[in-house]
Amino acid sequence: MATQHSRSAARFMISPAVILLLGWMLVPLIMTLYFSFLDYRPLRGIFDCCVGLENYSRFMGSSSFWDSVTTTLSMVGGILAITLVLGVLLSLLLDQPIWGQGIVRILVIAPFFVMPTVSALVWKNMFMNPVNGLLAYLWKFMGLQPIDWLSEMPLFSIIVIVSWQWLPFATLILLTAIQSLDSEQIEAAEMDGAGSLSRFVYIIMPHLARAITVVILIQTIFLLSIFAEIFVTTGGAFGTRTLTYLIYQRIIESQNIGLGSAGGIFAVILANILAIFLMRIVGKNLDA
Amino acid sequence: MGSITLRKVSKSFGATQVIPPLDLEINDGEFVVFVGPSGCGKSTLLRLIAGLEDVSSGMIEIDGADATLTPPAKRGLAMVFQSYALYPHMSVRRNIAFPLKMAGVDAKVAEEKVTAAASVLNLTDYLERKPGQLSGGQRQRVAIGRAIVREPKAFLFDEPLSNLDAALRVNMRLEISELHQDLATTMIYVTHDQVEAMTMADKIVVLRAGYIEQVGSPLELYNNPANRFVAGFIGSPKMNFIEGESAARHKAHAIGIRPEHCALSAEKVAGAWEGTVEVAEHLGSDTFFHIETADKGVLTVRAIGEFGLRHGDKCWITPDESRIHRFDEDGKTIG
Amino acid sequence: MARAVSTRKKTFYTIAAWAVGLIIFFPILWIFLTSFKTEAEAISDPPSFLFFDWTTENYGVVQERSNYVRFLWNSVILSLGSTVIGLIVAVPAAWAMAFVPGKRTKDVLMWMLSTKMLPAVGVLYPIVLIARYFGIYDSYLLLITVLMLINLPIIVWMLYTYFKEIPVDILEAARMDGATLRDEIIHVLTPMAIPGIASTLLLNVILAWNEAFWTLNLTTVNAAPLTAFIASYSSPEGLFYAKLSAASTMAIAPILILGWFSQKQLVRGLTFGAVK
Repeated sequence: MATQHSRSAARFMISPAVILLLGWMLVPLIMTLYFSFLDYRPLRGIFDCCVGLENYSRFMGSSSFWDSVTTTLSMVGGILAITLVLGVLLSLLLDQPIWGQGIVRILVIAPFFVMPTVSALVWKNMFMNPVNGLLAYLWKFMGLQPIDWLSEMPLFSIIVIVSWQWLPFATLILLTAIQSLDSEQIEAAEMDGAGSLSRFVYIIMPHLARAITVVILIQTIFLLSIFAEIFVTTGGAFGTRTLTYLIYQRIIESQNIGLGSAGGIFAVILANILAIFLMRIVGKNLDA
Repeated sequence: MGSITLRKVSKSFGATQVIPPLDLEINDGEFVVFVGPSGCGKSTLLRLIAGLEDVSSGMIEIDGADATLTPPAKRGLAMVFQSYALYPHMSVRRNIAFPLKMAGVDAKVAEEKVTAAASVLNLTDYLERKPGQLSGGQRQRVAIGRAIVREPKAFLFDEPLSNLDAALRVNMRLEISELHQDLATTMIYVTHDQVEAMTMADKIVVLRAGYIEQVGSPLELYNNPANRFVAGFIGSPKMNFIEGESAARHKAHAIGIRPEHCALSAEKVAGAWEGTVEVAEHLGSDTFFHIETADKGVLTVRAIGEFGLRHGDKCWITPDESRIHRFDEDGKTIG
Repeated sequence: MARAVSTRKKTFYTIAAWAVGLIIFFPILWIFLTSFKTEAEAISDPPSFLFFDWTTENYGVVQERSNYVRFLWNSVILSLGSTVIGLIVAVPAAWAMAFVPGKRTKDVLMWMLSTKMLPAVGVLYPIVLIARYFGIYDSYLLLITVLMLINLPIIVWMLYTYFKEIPVDILEAARMDGATLRDEIIHVLTPMAIPGIASTLLLNVILAWNEAFWTLNLTTVNAAPLTAFIASYSSPEGLFYAKLSAASTMAIAPILILGWFSQKQLVRGLTFGAVK
């Protein structure tokens, strides 16, 4: 169907999007790359060209870098674990015959649409506050000492907040995947004498494998750049400084552009490694 | 008017040649069926005629005029797609009227034509429905209606019945044949089903891997297949092919005999082929026997009505010598 | 297929699912309820759920103190503006890729997706610099552009997967029926593409509405949307629960409603068609 004429028309139609994205990607990235080789601290008026890889070695050599990597990994890993385990269970439950399934779905999906700053602030003040927070009341009600969540276990608290936001996403995707499973497959397994546990292990889980991978990759990409939740709750204090937040602090708060840019380049590389895996999966689907 | 001539038409997708240069003559008013196994290039050939694909080389003439570079809409042809390709957001009425609207036909005239087409196709009660609310057969009729109102020089059908169930298929087959009788317009019909080809065609074009194997009327192909492929493709159940000694006796590499050209006997007959019944398929009107023989493989034999043979019974097959087809080593028919 | 399920089992599942659903939804419900309390009731011990004196005064106070309507207006402008411009750029591109696929189409699509994965913080400073240089920091122009660019890959992908599902047969039928490219677009493609475009619009308005990194870092007053409005409620104002709740309710309500409409498209849009 494609003729020479339609080919060139197509190229013309695609180009605005390509040019915009190319500019959006390349211009700032090249600037960041350039800054990463400078000693650039505008507040002190320092602009020294070409310090080589010093920024990189300083950024990676500092203890805060390694702490931030550990924090990032624990945060992302914790959120992934929670959302996936609960997500699988919840999607299995929602796949069952239920009265008012549509409404339950709506209830479950709702947190995903809550603005990150809202959910962070509300959790921080109305739930995790050690004096007036709802959790404090709950603890008192159970005869326990209320916990100051965000200073006693800040990392865990942020993990809970973000998990609450992302659990709906995981659940919805896994539920969609479960519902796409051919019910005849389940029935065949039943006829073959598989109990509900074996059906879950041998039929449902393998079917979900791809959806789970997709959830992991997409969430990881979004979670690596968690910002508002930390910004609003702890401001990066008490061991909640992720790589993203560390870079943000270097650039915006301490205005050490060179150092921060080196960190930025590092984050870009990290994200790209992950991206390659996601692309493989999405790309495979494109052929099918 | 509606004669179509292909001259040395070929089509390649990248480096693969789907259709090697071929010539074909389709006369005005003819019902021509392109038949062949899937992947033989029959649909591509149809799309070349329609103008939906550009030819790689060669020339397409419609009514004697070169139409090779004419865009599809200007060729004056109408096509019925396998998926029907109805516009899901338009009512049946608007679907059928669409080509008229595109041609800028006066709304009143268009309305008359749509009404006429709908009554021919029994769609009058469904004109306000959307395609999604119709059954498969009704959608098929809408697709045909959309083609009819254009009063095209020729109709192109791309496997139009393959999405229908068996009973409906037989009905639609008849309806399309009747339509052809009434309109006397050229029709080109693509199918992989040799029954459709045999029952509907004035002229069958058998294709394999882009090559035209044979062109002829249904009975010509049945009686005088040009080669082993055509012999095997036309006719149901398939022709039996026997190689080896029996073929050599007929001075051929292989011989073929149709199941309906064999006489079957439960008693020993002199000179007949001996075998054992493996499976008997009872159709009521006929019985098909699959008979295991010692040196000729499994042969299919058709007997009229019921025939008292069962699995494991011995039997003797007498082929009608005058209906034996002989093939050389390349599969060509020996005249 | 559908099988008879015993009522007892169904009752059990229903209770379990509703319980879990309500727990997950509870924080939102709590925000909503608290927004109608007085500040004293909001921190009463034990907490009161439904039996309190409902009041709407918090909403008035919030509007008065921080001009909610202005932020809301900014949010609307930014999310709708960035999405509509994104669509204008993306529709032709997705269209061309879906209907005239070339050898490189797949690579282009993948590359577009990869730009989405660029960590924002890695390019934050250059963007700030560029914005300052052109004097567009804290302006609609800047924010709409940035939000459009970060969501453009998703818009292109969503549209592409929708357009892909329009059968080529139908376009060919239209061509056989004598439709020119213009007719094809007006009478056949657009009506068939509208549902896809609508859901793409919806999902991207939501994403842009909730985007917090760029809106927090590139705005101060003029173009600041609701994300920034809420962030301004971090302490000490955050300790006024009733007002915080009223502000939060106003910030999330519009999008929550849109979100419920778009939940079916959400999966497709955010997994780039990898999960259907």
